Amino acid sequence: MSEVASRISVAVNGTAHHAEVEPRLLLVHFLREVLSLTGTHIGCDTTNCGACTVLMDGRPVKSCTIFAVQADGREVMTVEGLARDGQLHPIQEGFHEQHGLQCGFCTPGMMMTGYALLQRTPNPSEAEIRWAISGNLCRCTGYVNIVEAIKHAAEKMRSAPAPAGGRS
Amino acid sequence: MATQAHGMGHAVKRKEDARFIRGKGTYIDDIKLPGMLYLDIVRSPYAHARIKAIHSEKAVAIPGVLAVITGKDLDKYGLAWMPTLMSDRQMVLPIDTVLYQSQEVAAVLATERYIAADGVAAVEVEYEPLPVVVDPRKALEPGAPILRQDREHKSNHIWHWEVGDKAAADTAFREAAVKVKQDIYIPRIHVSSIETCGCIARWEPVEGKLTLWMTTQAPHAIRTVVALVAGHLGLAEHKIRVIAPDIGGGFGGKVPVYPGYVLAVAASVLTGKPVKWIEDRMENMQADSFARDYHITAELAAQKDGTLTALRVKTIADHGAFDAAANPSKFPAGLFSICTGSYDFKSAFAEVDGVYTNKPPGGIAYRCSFRVTEASYMIERMADIVAHELGMDPAEFRLKNFIPPEAFPYQSPLGWTYDSGNYQAALRKAMEKIGYADLRREQAEKRKRGELMGIGISSFTEIVGAGPSHTFDILGLKMFDSAEIRIHPTGKVVARFGTKSQGQGHETTYAQIIAHELGIPEDDIVVEEGDTDTAPYGLGTYASRSTPVAGAAGAMAARKIRDKARKIAAHLLEAHEDDLAWERGKFYVKGSPDRAKTIQEIAFAAYTNHPQGLEAGLEAVSYYDPPNLTFPFGSYICVVDIDNGTGEVKIRRFVAVDDCGNIINPMIVEGQIHGGLTMGLAPALYEEITYDEDGNIRGGSFMDYLLPTAVETPRWETDKTTTPSPHHPLGAKGVGESATVGAPAAIANAVIDALWHLGVRHLDIPITPWKVWKVLRERGVTE
Repeated sequence: MSEVASRISVAVNGTAHHAEVEPRLLLVHFLREVLSLTGTHIGCDTTNCGACTVLMDGRPVKSCTIFAVQADGREVMTVEGLARDGQLHPIQEGFHEQHGLQCGFCTPGMMMTGYALLQRTPNPSEAEIRWAISGNLCRCTGYVNIVEAIKHAAEKMRSAPAPAGGRS
Repeated sequence: MATQAHGMGHAVKRKEDARFIRGKGTYIDDIKLPGMLYLDIVRSPYAHARIKAIHSEKAVAIPGVLAVITGKDLDKYGLAWMPTLMSDRQMVLPIDTVLYQSQEVAAVLATERYIAADGVAAVEVEYEPLPVVVDPRKALEPGAPILRQDREHKSNHIWHWEVGDKAAADTAFREAAVKVKQDIYIPRIHVSSIETCGCIARWEPVEGKLTLWMTTQAPHAIRTVVALVAGHLGLAEHKIRVIAPDIGGGFGGKVPVYPGYVLAVAASVLTGKPVKWIEDRMENMQADSFARDYHITAELAAQKDGTLTALRVKTIADHGAFDAAANPSKFPAGLFSICTGSYDFKSAFAEVDGVYTNKPPGGIAYRCSFRVTEASYMIERMADIVAHELGMDPAEFRLKNFIPPEAFPYQSPLGWTYDSGNYQAALRKAMEKIGYADLRREQAEKRKRGELMGIGISSFTEIVGAGPSHTFDILGLKMFDSAEIRIHPTGKVVARFGTKSQGQGHETTYAQIIAHELGIPEDDIVVEEGDTDTAPYGLGTYASRSTPVAGAAGAMAARKIRDKARKIAAHLLEAHEDDLAWERGKFYVKGSPDRAKTIQEIAFAAYTNHPQGLEAGLEAVSYYDPPNLTFPFGSYICVVDIDNGTGEVKIRRFVAVDDCGNIINPMIVEGQIHGGLTMGLAPALYEEITYDEDGNIRGGSFMDYLLPTAVETPRWETDKTTTPSPHHPLGAKGVGESATVGAPAAIANAVIDALWHLGVRHLDIPITPWKVWKVLRERGVTE
């Protein structure tokens, strides 16, 4: 740890965390290493792949390109915050039901982006879904079933809005 | 709710999803051990240079940096070099010379990840640049700098490999009415699984035991290699445990041993502490194994009516600085000799020369079985060129030249025995599904209006499931694979395999195979892979070999269990074994279906009431040595529209008809095809790693190396025909790579089909808008 440390308070998945961090510590490392929330992954160095996508104040961000200190005073939601009381969020159900994942590495980021899309666009077209996830790379699935997974979640959420489902 | 056994052919939802959708997978970088150190790597900015000095003082002065390890340090322990799978050797760290940009130069060991990176930045290396050669053709010219001064043979030529009857092929070409020749370059690309590579090495000095968590597709082979390479340092195979945790995509890139793994092991032995090494994306793309890089000259001979007679192929294979290809040992050019494809040639001859250049080593698959994409792409491009030259419809040309269904098992002129196939059926189905005749009419009308539309076909034949032990080995290890099934007294099952899933869904499909054979519900079966202390020995998952080899082992082990279960059932039912019949999940007395014992009752008896003279327990293991490879095939048709102002290629439709034999899980098979198609699209239109003359990499990050996103990727349309493999216990063939093999030619053929009337005969992939725009401009189509 370098001599300069900053105190930050971040609400992650609804729980407040206080920590002293190096100013250069990336948010993704804060989540993974300090909070042991390893569901958020790292896939590139250049903000292209989206494996590290989390929500900050409800908006999807790439946590490899944000310093932990920038999350001070904000609310962060990660894949671990999707399910509530043991109940899967519809986006998680969608990925399972529609075979929207294979190796699973891009999946958390992909689900967080899909989740954010459905918050603002409850009934997205296929093109809207594809553009929304165009900052998230998947090497296994060819995207067809990811699109289906997000559609599945959209339908489910429209017919029966998730109870407490995923607050950010 | 009672669960049931589904077995083969059911779209069972994946068991492994439960942890992944909750963010509870365990990938390599998720593992953290107490006292763990971090290793990071200093890399060369030069493609060829002598190392004059490495100054590590500033690095080790940083609090938390423990050591800087150089090639000279490793050399003291005989670890500066490591063997490759292709009987070459590769530097772990250089002693005095670097041979490609981003090559490992030194390793920094520190207490924290960021401090290790600080250490890397503080290491100063003095280099003396040396002449660089990046083009393998130039590397073969007299006077080219000799790159591998460590080798006795002072040449950049590595090996020559040839197959087929040259004299017969030459005669056929002399007599041929139609001859077509084309240079085809298949560029260097990178698998770029979204998870990069990494490991944690933990050496326990008291026990003399090494545990290595590692992103590997072949944990057992790695264990043996470590024992062979480091045996002189006291590492013995019974005290080496390799664990492949959840793997975030492999595609061939996690088969080789990279220097970082060796460095982590060495650093752990040195310090007695666990050491983690995780590469970043740019390291992954710039130094880990590449794929392809084949410079091909192909020739086809045909009769006037379009009947193909002979094939000749000459290839220069760029292997980079070390021949670290991941092929079976007897196959320096992999299974490139599948290059006669789906066609009934009378004669063929293929030759490949391997060459060293100042580029990273490799020659791995890119989601394909050992150079099969190179072969398939070449023959499918050539088929289209001949058809167009003869003025024949490419579909009609293929149907005329296909190996007929009655010719199977088919002996190819380059030595393979194709197990089964019906190529006509697959192509006809694809044509019908896409509306081929209507598309041709539409194309003709559009052409009159000056609009550019193309239709491309690829009717590929794959060769997977390596392989029969008489021919296939890796460093002498025969390429069998294994399964061990343990039925517990309550009828629940643990099954372990010698393979390792990287997303293919083995936990589900292997459970289905066992459910199919034994009638035990998939929910009652846990499948484990990747831990060499528990799983039976196997060669791993690559080259679409899991279902053909390990899947078969699973079926065979289950059948052994059924044989024993029959004896126990006979004892319980007081009947003769021959009087029992099997219905999925139970044995019953023939003619008296009420007198039955379920597999669960039999399992309980195996531990509580087994017959005299029979061993207790209900377990079996199988090491399956396949009698032949399997030959999946398919026909793909792609329709493209080209913007005649910008040259942009837009895929309008893509129909893929695959035949992978009998299907275990249609949902997973379709998912594999979707993914494979996307990894076929990628090199066809987007991906390429190039180097400038000084050996600087262009395309070494996701900023420049363009993986297809959801926006470029079309909505794939899939269908199937089913031609079972006659020699596989389940009739299955393997499917994970078919689409990557078949798709590039369909796309390239579609583009050329759109441009042929303008006099365009070939464009090398990736077919970028710039390349298309350039030919459109040359031909006056656009400004």
